[in-house]
Amino acid sequence: MYVGKKVTRVDAYDKVIGRTRYTDDLCDKSAYIVKILRSAIAHGKVVSMDTSEAEKIPGVVRVFTCFDVKEKHYFPTAGHPWSTDPSHQDVADRLVLTEEVRFYGDDIAAVVAEDEVSAAQALRAIQVEYEEYPFVLDVQEAMKEGAPQIHKDYPHNILKHTTIRKGNYEEAIKEPGLRKVEGWYETPTVQHCHIENFICYAEMEGDRITVVSSTQIPHIVRRVVGQALGVEWGRIRVIKPYIGGGFGNKQDVLYEPLCAWLCMQLGGHLVKIDIPREDTFASTRVRHAIRSHIISWVRPDGTYAARKLEAYSDQGAYASHGHSIVAKGAGAFPQLYPCENVEVDAYTVFTNKSVAGAMRGYGIPQAMWAVECHTEDVAAALGMDPVAFRRQNLMPVGYTDPFSKNELYYDTFNQCLDQAMEAIDYKRKFREYQNQTGEIRRGIGLAMFWYNTAVWPISLETSSCRMVLNQDGSLQVQLGETEIGQGADTAYTQMTADVLGVPLEYVHVVSCQDTDVTPFGTGAYASRQTYTAGFAIRQTALLLKERILKYAQELTRMPPYNLDIVDGKIVRITDGRILMTLGELAAEALYSLNHSQHLSAESTSQIKSNAYSFGCTIAEVEVDIPMCKVKLLDIVNAHDAGKLINPALAEAQVHGGMSMGIGFGLSERLLFDEKSGRALNPNLLDYKLSTFMDHPRLKAVFVENPEPTSAFGTKALGEPPACSVAPAIRNAVCQATGVAVNEAPVNPHTLFRRFTEEGLL
Amino acid sequence: MYDIKALYEAESVEHAVRLLTEHPEAQIIAGGSDVLVQMREGKRAGKELVSIYMIDEMRGVSYEEDETIRIGSLTSFSHITKDPIIQKHIRVLGEAVDMVGGPQIRNIGTIGGNTCNGVTSADSASTLFAWDAQVELTGPEGVRRLPIQEFYIKAGVVDLRPGELQTAILIPKKCYEGYAGHYIKYAMREAMDIATTGCSVNVKLSEDKKMVEDVRIAYGVAGPVPMRASLAEETLRGKPVSPAAVKEFAETVLEDIRPRDSWRASKAFRQHIAVVLAERACKESIRRAGGEINA
Amino acid sequence: MRKQYKLVSCTINGKQVEKMVDVRASLTDMLRDDYRLTSVKKGCEVGECGACNVLINGECFNSCIYLAVWAQGKEILTLEGLSGPNGELSDIQQAFIDEAAVQCGFCSPGFIMSAAEILEAGREFSDDEIRKLMSGHLCRCTGYENIFRAVKKTMLRRLGKEKEAEEV
Repeated sequence: MYVGKKVTRVDAYDKVIGRTRYTDDLCDKSAYIVKILRSAIAHGKVVSMDTSEAEKIPGVVRVFTCFDVKEKHYFPTAGHPWSTDPSHQDVADRLVLTEEVRFYGDDIAAVVAEDEVSAAQALRAIQVEYEEYPFVLDVQEAMKEGAPQIHKDYPHNILKHTTIRKGNYEEAIKEPGLRKVEGWYETPTVQHCHIENFICYAEMEGDRITVVSSTQIPHIVRRVVGQALGVEWGRIRVIKPYIGGGFGNKQDVLYEPLCAWLCMQLGGHLVKIDIPREDTFASTRVRHAIRSHIISWVRPDGTYAARKLEAYSDQGAYASHGHSIVAKGAGAFPQLYPCENVEVDAYTVFTNKSVAGAMRGYGIPQAMWAVECHTEDVAAALGMDPVAFRRQNLMPVGYTDPFSKNELYYDTFNQCLDQAMEAIDYKRKFREYQNQTGEIRRGIGLAMFWYNTAVWPISLETSSCRMVLNQDGSLQVQLGETEIGQGADTAYTQMTADVLGVPLEYVHVVSCQDTDVTPFGTGAYASRQTYTAGFAIRQTALLLKERILKYAQELTRMPPYNLDIVDGKIVRITDGRILMTLGELAAEALYSLNHSQHLSAESTSQIKSNAYSFGCTIAEVEVDIPMCKVKLLDIVNAHDAGKLINPALAEAQVHGGMSMGIGFGLSERLLFDEKSGRALNPNLLDYKLSTFMDHPRLKAVFVENPEPTSAFGTKALGEPPACSVAPAIRNAVCQATGVAVNEAPVNPHTLFRRFTEEGLL
Repeated sequence: MYDIKALYEAESVEHAVRLLTEHPEAQIIAGGSDVLVQMREGKRAGKELVSIYMIDEMRGVSYEEDETIRIGSLTSFSHITKDPIIQKHIRVLGEAVDMVGGPQIRNIGTIGGNTCNGVTSADSASTLFAWDAQVELTGPEGVRRLPIQEFYIKAGVVDLRPGELQTAILIPKKCYEGYAGHYIKYAMREAMDIATTGCSVNVKLSEDKKMVEDVRIAYGVAGPVPMRASLAEETLRGKPVSPAAVKEFAETVLEDIRPRDSWRASKAFRQHIAVVLAERACKESIRRAGGEINA
Repeated sequence: MRKQYKLVSCTINGKQVEKMVDVRASLTDMLRDDYRLTSVKKGCEVGECGACNVLINGECFNSCIYLAVWAQGKEILTLEGLSGPNGELSDIQQAFIDEAAVQCGFCSPGFIMSAAEILEAGREFSDDEIRKLMSGHLCRCTGYENIFRAVKKTMLRRLGKEKEAEEV
């Protein structure tokens, strides 16, 4: 059996010798180079554009402006499964180029040139005349009466407002003896920073357009490009090669529609859009900054009487994934620490800033920042131990969500807490770090997280798989679920080998998705793939096995139920005798003059179940108060992701998520100029992504409670590691200094302000 | 591909001077880690460049006859850090340039480029200011030397005349003998960053290590160009080594420095940090010079 | 405007080569476009991410901010040159595989080349030194942890410290 073992990544060898081809490595050098002209205002309208000087520059092929977009096909960009019900469809508010400018960096023209230098020169030579409107950058300012209106159909710029009501909050708070704890908690705009920027290229073959793209969601890209061009979706072919990271940014359709549109305008000539780092920051997608207001009414025994959350999610200029992000976080609020009386109001609000979309954790890192900072504050207000307080209030075993039917089957939270505490020597450190004085102090803090695998029942969950047997008994496996660095192909290989009964090396998962060839699947997001693809792989492998054994009957006269495939051989179960190898069978099946058959299987699994995936982080810090600096000394994440398919890759996933959480908690923030709306630090120098020197050793521990709804006992792990890191760090800083910081990141600027306010400086 | 109008490659200092004279519009490119980045941004796009990168005679650290330390302007940061002369006499300079960017940047970045671009955040500059370094400029009129403080005119502008290039940085014996120093780079992360504020201090103690004979302190990002904090120096010069004296010295820097508000950091924050750095860097310098002082 | 070209002769991955090169080209452009060495990646093009890192005369450089013409007479090593003629992996490449230090793989070539330089020094570095020597690369997948393990284990093994390597 391979599932559960530390199998080497199937793509590791190619990656360490530099042979793996990414989008830019595949693009022919004859491609025209596209550079996009970005608006230099945050809100307004392009009145006119003078491209005459740009067009004179040698090497420039054509300049396309927003005024050249005659057929206005508005399209949505979120990497969600489509819904045939119009009321569930994503908001279609984008055009390939726009006259209406809604943020600084909007796409208003595109230069097509033979080389990048000419294209860059042409960009600088275009003269733009704007009609400027007032703009708004703050989410709550945008909701006020008289604020600039960003999209006409959304009064007060509210894209959506949803509520959750449970019990009776107003009545419940009248209970005598309650203590009120209230706080505002804020998370910053951050960016994915995949090391490969977004890139795609397009060319035509006949009347069809092929788009090769660095995307997580090739089948969704096909649909959206079709929508954006107003052509039949079948005319679009999307190919996804290896990609250099995505983290949710590439779970949005980014510049594939513009690329395909330009290609069509140029008679199908090969065109390439390679988005520079600065534009990746400001003009692709970012994580929603969310401001949360929580009020808790607590009894002296540490139980909750009533709770309330208001969350304001900064959507930026266009709808993209929209309200789903804050809605996911809001949904976590009444569940992580259940309470009889709850009110939740979640708002998603347009502002004139970079567009927010999906990013690892999908609203949960923001929600856990608010909830776990607040939980710490409540425990402190009651004088209770932060661990004991949490244990008392956490979701109990057997809890079932009435909507998703997800159930907490095991004592996961306590198991994760126990393992994490043990791994980091929590109790001793917590004791030692109480009541310190001096300039340099240490602290230890924790935070829990709630996460939900996949998107059912909010949206469709489906996965299709094809397996094709070769003459030698090896096979190709194809899925719409994509490898984006996380190791999906390796997990699929392990699953297939186990179910089919063949050695690992027999299985070749086709890494590249090609929507003309690859079975339908919606791609990498929602930490869904190991869970959802697992069903399709199991079902398809069993189907293929059935066909193989049926054919084996023809060759061996043995009934299929007395046969099995073991280690790539047809074995008679009754006596264990090996009758033939799978290769012998496959060759016979293909070349038989009697009965030739290409043995293959293909099937779709629609998944109508889902699973919780929980855990926690504990972080230890040293705070240099005069320097306003936090040094992370030690950190551990504990996860129950069900059975691990590949413990080595699972651990690696957790490290990456922890790293993203460390940046979110300590250093990362995309800043916008108050005067212009321009992103101030859209580069890897000024945007403070953690470096090798900013991390301690990262520890990951696992609780492997098998998930009963799952094909392989597994559930979400891709996103969960990023969810609880930042509040754990904040709570550690709080223990060290007594200062609660409610605004992430806990960077020197924030600490200088807070330490000054609290009289530490 | 860079938007370079024309590239002229100098093979020697003399050749470089000739090329710069022949092409007065051309800009000098040494390691390129600033010039090429700005060219890509569009700031220097379409310019002619004179590349001096291949002039090996401008590399390396050596002694002049009077034991002045001579650092060729093209010496990379990593080579300065590894150099035995630097390690022996001005270890702090090697340490300061070892905090620039990351390893690859320290291999391409040159000390000449770091000072000629005239930016206040340069990690080498505050230490060079604090050690009274001189720059050697070679041009059509010959060679001239001037104190580094006079070389900086204003933000981004240095005293390079037409046809001139910086060929060396010099630290006379009297400026380094008997001194020990410490540099603290304050940045938002531990690598790949530019200084929010950088502070370089060095001291010369009396023979019994009880008295501060001389102290020099310089900052990056405390004003438009790197600067010395002379009033602070005066408060400590000639004083006995003591935490109180160092504290007074550190607090006095606020009278010298002129940081400003920017999105990178507020003025109040920079002022606060400048004082903390002065105190810590001074104490460490005293320890390195053989003195004793409490943390 | 007439384009300016220069003949650039150098050694790339052990082989003496020469080509006429556009003087405006970066070394990344030359390696990727003229020699099709696509392990040299573009992540920022301003020397901040380290994805284009190669060794020039044994020292690491971001090839994106290095003019191609400066390669004249130099010895350049890219990841393609690190494995043997029959695809045999070097120890550090094998360690990246064994330690699961590779995820999306886009930053890996740059990291491995910096590791190769460190390991050539043949001495033992402290953990902090290793971190500093590798700090010119950004990675968003791994949190650097398994890369650290791969580098440290390989360093110790080269120094004959097999037991210590197991404990990393």
